[in-house]
Amino acid sequence: MSDYDQISKKARTARIVRKTVTYSLLVLWGIIVLFPFYWMILSSIKSYGSYNAEFTPKFITTEPTMQNYIDAFTKVNLGRYFLNTIVFTVVTTALMMLVIVFAAFAFSRLQFRGKNLVFTLFLSLMMIPSELVIITNFVTITNWGLRNTFTGLILPSVTSVFYIYLLKENFEQIPDDLYKAAKVDGTSDMKYLFKVMVPICSPTIVTVVILKVIECWNAYVWPRLITDDPKYFLVSNGISEIRENGFGRENIPAMMAAVVVISIPLIVLFLIFHKKIMAGVSRGGTKG
Amino acid sequence: MKIRFEGLTKRFPNRNKKIKSEVVAVDNFSFEIPDGKLVGLLGPSGCGKSTALNLICGLETPTEGKIFFDDDDVTDLPAENRGVGMVFQSYALYPHLTVKKNIMFPLQNLKGEQKMTKEQMEAKALEAAKIVQIEELMDRKPNEMSGGQQQRVAIARALVKMPRVLLLDEPLSNLDARLRIQTREEIKRIQNTTKITTIFVTHDQEEAMSISDLIVVMKDGAVHQIGKPQEVYDSPVNLFVAKFLGTPPINVFTGRIKDGKLLIGEDTILGKDYVKDTKDQEVFIGIRPEGFLLREDKEKNGKLDGKNGVFHADLLAIEVMGRDTSVVFSHGSSEIEGTRLRAIVSSDNQIDPESKTVAFDVNPKKVFVFSKETQERLL
Amino acid sequence: MSVQQETKIQAGKPKSNAKFLKRLNAFKAWLYLLPALVFLGIFMVYPLIDVLVYSFEEGYNSASQTSFGTGWFNYAYVLHDPYFLQAVKNTFIIVIITVPLSTLLALLISLALNSIKKLKEVFQTIFFLPYVTNTLAVGLVFMIMFKKTPYTDGLINMILAIFKTGPIDFIDGPYWAKMFVMCFYTIWVVLPFKVLILTSALASVDEVYYKAAKIDGTSRFRMFTHITLPMISPMIFYLVITGFIGAFKAYSDEVAIFGTNLNSAGMNTIVGYVYDMLYGDSGGYPSYAAAAALILFAIVFTITVVNLLISKKTSIR
Repeated sequence: MSDYDQISKKARTARIVRKTVTYSLLVLWGIIVLFPFYWMILSSIKSYGSYNAEFTPKFITTEPTMQNYIDAFTKVNLGRYFLNTIVFTVVTTALMMLVIVFAAFAFSRLQFRGKNLVFTLFLSLMMIPSELVIITNFVTITNWGLRNTFTGLILPSVTSVFYIYLLKENFEQIPDDLYKAAKVDGTSDMKYLFKVMVPICSPTIVTVVILKVIECWNAYVWPRLITDDPKYFLVSNGISEIRENGFGRENIPAMMAAVVVISIPLIVLFLIFHKKIMAGVSRGGTKG
Repeated sequence: MKIRFEGLTKRFPNRNKKIKSEVVAVDNFSFEIPDGKLVGLLGPSGCGKSTALNLICGLETPTEGKIFFDDDDVTDLPAENRGVGMVFQSYALYPHLTVKKNIMFPLQNLKGEQKMTKEQMEAKALEAAKIVQIEELMDRKPNEMSGGQQQRVAIARALVKMPRVLLLDEPLSNLDARLRIQTREEIKRIQNTTKITTIFVTHDQEEAMSISDLIVVMKDGAVHQIGKPQEVYDSPVNLFVAKFLGTPPINVFTGRIKDGKLLIGEDTILGKDYVKDTKDQEVFIGIRPEGFLLREDKEKNGKLDGKNGVFHADLLAIEVMGRDTSVVFSHGSSEIEGTRLRAIVSSDNQIDPESKTVAFDVNPKKVFVFSKETQERLL
Repeated sequence: MSVQQETKIQAGKPKSNAKFLKRLNAFKAWLYLLPALVFLGIFMVYPLIDVLVYSFEEGYNSASQTSFGTGWFNYAYVLHDPYFLQAVKNTFIIVIITVPLSTLLALLISLALNSIKKLKEVFQTIFFLPYVTNTLAVGLVFMIMFKKTPYTDGLINMILAIFKTGPIDFIDGPYWAKMFVMCFYTIWVVLPFKVLILTSALASVDEVYYKAAKIDGTSRFRMFTHITLPMISPMIFYLVITGFIGAFKAYSDEVAIFGTNLNSAGMNTIVGYVYDMLYGDSGGYPSYAAAAALILFAIVFTITVVNLLISKKTSIR
């Protein structure tokens, strides 16, 4: 009996120990994840003087200031970068959605000769890394005289083979009978696509939109290649620029204010739609 | 090994978080399961029978009360130290392992003195496989087998470590009708050969009745009746148990006891000899389908005993089922209005399907009377 | 019936009509595909051929668009360029350190996440946060935390001082320190995706297997090695493969920490080298860029194939 008691007790302690270790690990990683965010907000509200006076950085500040945020918008063109990115994100995403919805529709519902061959070719394009094609695209856009234009920024990223594939799979799950019924009722293909298929597949569409928005907001490589006029910088290039030439000598608090400002839109988006975004990424995202 | 419960209770917080109340899955169990018996834990789905099973095997800990294996208190003992074998509803066979490796899996967990060599394990596994007759399938993977075969593998895996108790959670629910009957006999046979105290959970009363030595009827976490299947069937303690056991189900009427007689509508069902010392009141009356005796038939055979009255009902249909005939009728006093009631009579009877009414005598042994308030059995 | 007949008669010859309709439908289908075909053609298929051409054109001049021959010269040049070799070395170090480490760490965190009920969603949401943040922006924060300047040793050195080490300049200091920051940041960036994938993989393992194993007295370690791992191994392989591919393409994270002039920081990567050759201070050599990109592609391709072969072998076992 006492044997049993001992085993029971041991099991209980083991459980408590396990729980503690588990939660400690999670909390530790949580701190590692969150701390940079805390640090950037903290640094952004320290005044230039007080930040530079701290040889040993302080973990709190007693005199928060918004001056850095004002600087971020007045001394460098943060507002411009911000606006550019919004335009870039919205236009790219909207155009891409149109292109991929049409393509997915053609692959999933329409009958034409050579469909399978074309689709196979499409799929094989998925294996091509963007690093390989970006060289020619750079030359192409330069030759077309589209450097430092929105057109040049946007054009190469308005198609995605992967998203066409994702959407096509989803479209195909809609029963054929619905299409036939619509045809019998005299619905045009276009109307059917936008009134029936798109609404039914709206979860996938939303997923793709979210993923594309994140991608656009964080785009760095292509914009860097194609723009050298700060008037067309996106936030990522803006940050790079601010880091190297902005604010005069090492105004880190102002830099951090800029960083906070450009991080906020996506974080807010994420906090609102975190379930959707996480579900979407686990279905169709790749990074890392 | 016998298993004893003392005031065993398990409460869960309500799933709907807005409701503060708790769900009582197991309510104050206090009874004993004798050694070496096959026990059926029977109840409608959601009655807490699976929770009860989980408490026995140690996957959950009770809120209150104690569990004893023989005289040992195992209430707080972790599952792995209880020496129980369990067969899950979905079998839980490891899909990436062969049958042999699945069966050997529990043996490989043994530590210290109990540790076995590979040869010993293989011998044990073969032994267990032979009990359930799957020794030719040892190298297959679970997904290459039929549901019935998977079931046997699961049983073999539960048996291989010679458990003190074997638990089966809805063991037949994933099998088709034919396999179900075959497998339940198989379980009975395996239990007979191994003599391991076996508890199985089911919502199918026929399944429980057919193979159990003892059935425990549960509802809403509470035990309503424990007994041998026939006993429980023949003398249910309350309306729920009476309704839950038996196919076709018992026919329930509202009726009354008046002047020492039992009446449904205007018909006297049981006379004074049966209804003794019971005060006049409204009651529920349950009559088993086989408790009806066709009046015409009896008149013919001259067996009418006259002590009991006649029961008149509206004939709806006659269903011939070979050995028996099922008489479908309705009655204005049935518990739920418009229920299609059923009597099972021998197929020797000739009933005129065109007839609008039908008259029965009733077998008093098949008539149960329940209080209208408590639904407890009165007679 | 009669209505049908009527319409048929009105429509004239039904046979040629059907043929025409079929053609029209096919035409419409191509019309729907057209935008995608045009964009993919110009920005994916043509560049693919073009990049090969570039890589073999010797002495290509982007201003006059002329070259004076074809051959392996560009490859030879790239392979002898010390900047490229440094980039290859850096890339390989990043790959070898971050891929296994981040996968292991992600597994550990996912296991922890899956074993708790309270606060699970909160932790999951927090852990995913780096995925949606701008790499360049947060990289700047990391840089500031690690950087040592004349005015301050920085946050990390302050913590190191508690353990009586440092101060170390992680940003402009020794190679290993820079590499440490780089790998740390890379892992910080890639972990959310891996944790997400592994958490859902772990959650999809049926609880009943663990119950069965527990009743059979299986130790937690054995449950992990004999049940969990085999069941989630496809996902782990998926993560390892995508991890390799992603790490080989490392670039923006490096820029985020060390700025755009990666060569002078000695922290360039293969992709960085490609872009530098294309554009920027040392740019204007698309041929070298093409050769370097194709070498990268060859490396990634080989490693992916090897990975797939290994995964196939283990899954058969």
